[in-house]
Formats: sequence, structure tokens, C-alpha cells
Amino acid sequence: MHSTLYDKLWNEHFVTSFDSGESLIYIDRHYLHEVTSPQAFEGLIKKNIKPWRVDANIATPDHNVPTLRAKSFAIESIDDEISKIQVKELDKNCDLFGIKQFDIKSLNQGIVHVIGPELGYTLPGMTIVCGDSHTSTHGAFGCLAMGIGTSEVEHVLATQCLKISKLKNMRVNFEGIPSPDITSKDVILFLIRTIGVSGGNGHAIEFAGSYIENISMEARMTICNMSIEAGAKVGLIAPDQTTFNYLKRSSNLPRELLTDAIEFWSTLKTDPDAKFDKEITIDVSKIKPQISWGTSPEMVIDFDEMIPSTSTRKENQKNFENARKYMGIKDEKKLSDLKFDRVFIGSCTNSRIEDLRDAAKVLEGKKISKKILQAIVVPGSGQVKKQAESEGLHSIFIDAGFEWRESGCSMCLGMNPDRLSPYERCASTSNRNFEGRQGNLGRTHLMSPKMAALTAIHGKVIGQ
Amino acid sequence: MRTEDNIQIEGIMAFIDRDNIDTDQIIPTEYLKSIKKFGYEDYLFDGWRYLDEGKLGVSKTSRKLNNEFILNQPIFMTSKILLARDNFGCGSSREHAVWALRDFGIQVIIASSFGDIFYNNCFKNGLLPINLSRSVIDRLFQLSAQDAQLVKVCLQSRNIYVQGEEFSFNLEDDLADRIINQFDDIDISLKFADKISCFEQDRITKRPWIFYNE
Repeated sequence: MHSTLYDKLWNEHFVTSFDSGESLIYIDRHYLHEVTSPQAFEGLIKKNIKPWRVDANIATPDHNVPTLRAKSFAIESIDDEISKIQVKELDKNCDLFGIKQFDIKSLNQGIVHVIGPELGYTLPGMTIVCGDSHTSTHGAFGCLAMGIGTSEVEHVLATQCLKISKLKNMRVNFEGIPSPDITSKDVILFLIRTIGVSGGNGHAIEFAGSYIENISMEARMTICNMSIEAGAKVGLIAPDQTTFNYLKRSSNLPRELLTDAIEFWSTLKTDPDAKFDKEITIDVSKIKPQISWGTSPEMVIDFDEMIPSTSTRKENQKNFENARKYMGIKDEKKLSDLKFDRVFIGSCTNSRIEDLRDAAKVLEGKKISKKILQAIVVPGSGQVKKQAESEGLHSIFIDAGFEWRESGCSMCLGMNPDRLSPYERCASTSNRNFEGRQGNLGRTHLMSPKMAALTAIHGKVIGQ
Repeated sequence: MRTEDNIQIEGIMAFIDRDNIDTDQIIPTEYLKSIKKFGYEDYLFDGWRYLDEGKLGVSKTSRKLNNEFILNQPIFMTSKILLARDNFGCGSSREHAVWALRDFGIQVIIASSFGDIFYNNCFKNGLLPINLSRSVIDRLFQLSAQDAQLVKVCLQSRNIYVQGEEFSFNLEDDLADRIINQFDDIDISLKFADKISCFEQDRITKRPWIFYNE
């Protein structure tokens, strides 16, 4: 009664509460990767504690792994000695504690937020955490999913619970039919530009409306993935027939159990009379392709709009000046005036099969511009790569002049060999255009896979 | 850290006049390759603090300092308090951001709002995030522009003292206790182990699909 989807998920997992206003919330699924887990495992070892429910944990290395690697590639082949130690550490800890890991050689290895759903480990109604802010991705299945810090990783391993305060409720209704060149990436970038990078702070955002009802699970994952860029660590979408159809393919549940589960999952939706602390409606029919121009995911404009020189919102003008300077924008008026050096299609935001299909469709029979130094496609997982190859997408990319890589986080964050050199400008399908994110002094422009493919062809931003 | 040091924190307040300082700025990804929980002080605000590109393990002494950056100015090198604007610590969940601030010696961050994950991470490491209204933040920036300010933060009275001016802040008792006593959340939560077990048993019966194959 009067409950939002978030309220229901919260109540379903509530164990106990504290005077501080915090509660213990039971965690169904815990994903781990090599970067934010070593200190947590060290803590367990020091305290001589074993994981509370070892099977709740699924691990894979993704941030540090090189995306140029042969089938026979082993951890030993990682050139960066420090990265090697970190990936080894995950191996060692998973062995020590008996945690299931899709290691660097596994066909199922990939970005943790891509493999979880595709291997059926993400199910509606679950609480899901991971030491990674893009854990919000899993909210696309009607999960209460959020990124946590390393101390919390240790806490979840030790207690199977998270000690947190309840968030407020916010709903974003996306209504209308978008024009054919618009993807879910444009829609979420448009939202972030509209409400700002702190617009969702302190809230769980439920995405609803006719647009959401009509899009695929892949597109929904892109939306929930970037709710953190709007300030909300939780983004979620009520499960429906689209969700169930996806799960019929991905999950390994026996039919009877799946039927029971679907019956329950169908109840996971906001009551008609539920109240939200914040609510906005966005007409998606008016959205044009969105591209970031600055160093914050809210610094986004239509692809053909003037690059702003003054802030239209109340934030301080210095932010804009800093961003223009960092991005090397002087007299250039529009994004089409900027020359691009690299193109990156990948990341937990846009490395799923649909994203690759979108980009391949644009690239079919075309060549990338000679001005582009490098264009890479990095499938989100071994499974995505296999699927894309079975559809012949890899040939389209390779013929166009793209490099076809192995799965990993790649150029999203410059923690592995895929990085920008100083002052290089990149058309990127990733999620963060922060200073230095893709490499020291690198310049990132966030966009959809379609727009990234077009930018690769023309060496600059152009419409379809 | 001794308890009495934590009830009252006094030091020079450094300031960075920017909104949305993300955790990638607080500590760039390169340093997340470390598997340790300490030793991040030299990498705090790396992209702003140095003119050259750093690597994990390369010490501060061999780097080219950006002398214009506030934490490189002698008086602010030992700052315990940092002032910023909206949405400090947004972005990545990396707790390394809190570790870097802590290792540098920062004990208090004052801002008009914080990224949710960063805010939680602070309390796990004895770092105090103080939320103040934009008008108070403006005033603190004004004072800082005049001169380097010695600031006193009193955890018990929930007051900040700057140049004879006094500003109050809110903080749950439980959270203040956590800063003062450095409690470990795992110890606290494990006191409820029986409750967690009961909850889990019930869940296995009610939602068996979650535990399938286990």
C-alpha cells in the first residue's frame, strides 16, 4: 500500500535498525572485481572471518585487464607489474575463500556489470552490491543495486548485510517516442544535463513511463548504469515481460522455480497511490543526440548546439571556465569544430550486443577518417564478443578500421594499457568525462555508440 | 588516533572553489592499483597538485609540483580541514579517495553537499564530512579569500569557529561517536548474527530461486 518499488525492496531485505537511523539490509548478491576488493579480503584475514555466504559472491577481473590478449593469455602476461599483482590478488583471494571467479582466461570473463546479468546472477527483487559505483546498472532488473566502498565490501563479505540509511524516492517518467537516431544513452545524458550531477543525491531513482516500457533490457541497463552520474547511487526499473523474456534466456533456474519467481517478480512495482519526494517527466520525442562538451557528465549539449561559455544554472562560473580550458575549447563554437583523435566503443554503459549492433549499422561499408589515430571496440564480455562474431559484426568493425578487442573496462578509466595521451580528444561511449579519466590530460566526449561510430567516420561530430 | 584529538579538530582550512569535485580528481585511477589501505598521501589531488604525470610508487620528491595549487602552498601543507562547494566526492565509489584525504592529514571536509557513496565511506575511516548551507559556504570562502583561516571544529557542540564567527552543523550522535571512537561496523553488525541467520533462513524458504545452485 502506498509503497514505491524501492520501498518494497527495502522492506523485503530489512533485518534490523539502529539508533543512528541506519538499518541492516540483507544482501542477496555481491559482485567483486580486482580493484576494490584486496583491502577487504585483507581485513577478513586479519580478523579471521570467513565470508558469511560464500555463494552470494561472484568475481571477475575487469579494470586492469589488457584488451589485447591471446587465447592463451595468463595473468603473468600483464606487462604492468602493479596491475599484475592486483589481478593475482583477486585470484589468490577467490581461491582462499572459495569464491566463484570468472578469471582472465574464462570465456565468461567481462565487465562485472555485463556478465552478472547475462549469466543469470542478477535476478529481479535482489539486493546487489559491488565495490563499483556503476552497480546501479543491475537496477534495470528491478533490483536494489548500489555501489559501495571497500569497507562496505568487507562488511558484506563478513555479515551478508549492508548498514545503510534509507534513501528518498524520486521518479523520472520518460514519455513519448524518440526519433530513430536516439538511443538510451542520449536519453540518460539528457536527464543528467536536465537535473544535474547532484540532482539525484540522496534519492533512489525509479525510471518509468512509456519510453522505458518499450525499450530492451540492454537499453534499460544503460539508463540505470548512469543514474550515479545524476547523483543517485540507486536507479531502478520495475520488472515486466521484457525482463522475464530476458531471464528466460539468461537464467539457469528450473522451469518450475522460474514460474514461481516470475509470479513474485510481477508484484515488484510501485503502487498507484505511492508518493515520491521528487518527480519529473521528460518528453523523449524532443531529444536530439546528446554529447558532453566539458568535464562533468552534466556538461552536455545537443550534438549541433553551441558550446556554452557561461553557466545557465546557478553553479559557479569557474566550473565552466575550468572545463573549457581543460577541454581545449577556445574559439570553437560547436562540437563539429573540434578534431577527434580516438574513438572508444565499450564500457559498462555501452558494450552490450545492442550497442555493438548500433555502431556496426552506422559503420557498415564505411571507413573511419584518416584523422583518427585509433578506434577500438571492446565488447563487454566474452559472451558479447562471441555473439557479435556470430553476427559478423567484428568484420564490419575491422573493415571500417576499428580494432576488435577482448573484453574489459578498457579506455573507460585508463587503468590498463588503453589510455589517451595528453590533450588527445576521444569520442567515448563510456560514462565519465572527468579530468584525466581516460588518461592524464585526456579529453573525453561522452556519446552514444551511434554517434561515436559517426565521429570515427568523419573525424568530427556530425549528425546522421 | 587518540580520542581527545577527535572531539575537537583545529587547523588551517584549505579551500578549493569548485563544485562537483569527483573522486577521480581526489585520487586518479592509476593509484587504485595499490592493494594497500594506507600510503596514498602523495597522490591526493594528483592531477592538480603536480605538473607531470605520476605513477604508483613514484614519490612526491621526484615530481614537478604545481605551486599554484593550494595544498602546495606552505601554510596549507598541513591543513586538517578542507572547504569545497556542491557535491564533493561525486562519481566513483573508490574509498581510496577517503584514504588519500586521511593520509594527507585532512580530518574534516566542509561542503554544501556530498556524493552519497563518498559520504558513507568517510565515516568508515574517521573522516568527518560537514554539510553546510550554500550561504555559510559562501561566507567561509569569503573569509578564506582574506587570509588563511585557523578553524576549530567541535564535535560535541557541533560548532565550527572561524575568526570569532560561529557556525553550527548537524550530525547524528551515532555518527559522531563513530568518528570519535573509530568503531568497527563489522563488530557492531555481528552482534546481530542470530537475527541475520533467522532472516536468511526465512528468505531461503520464501525466495528459493535466489539460493538455487548453492
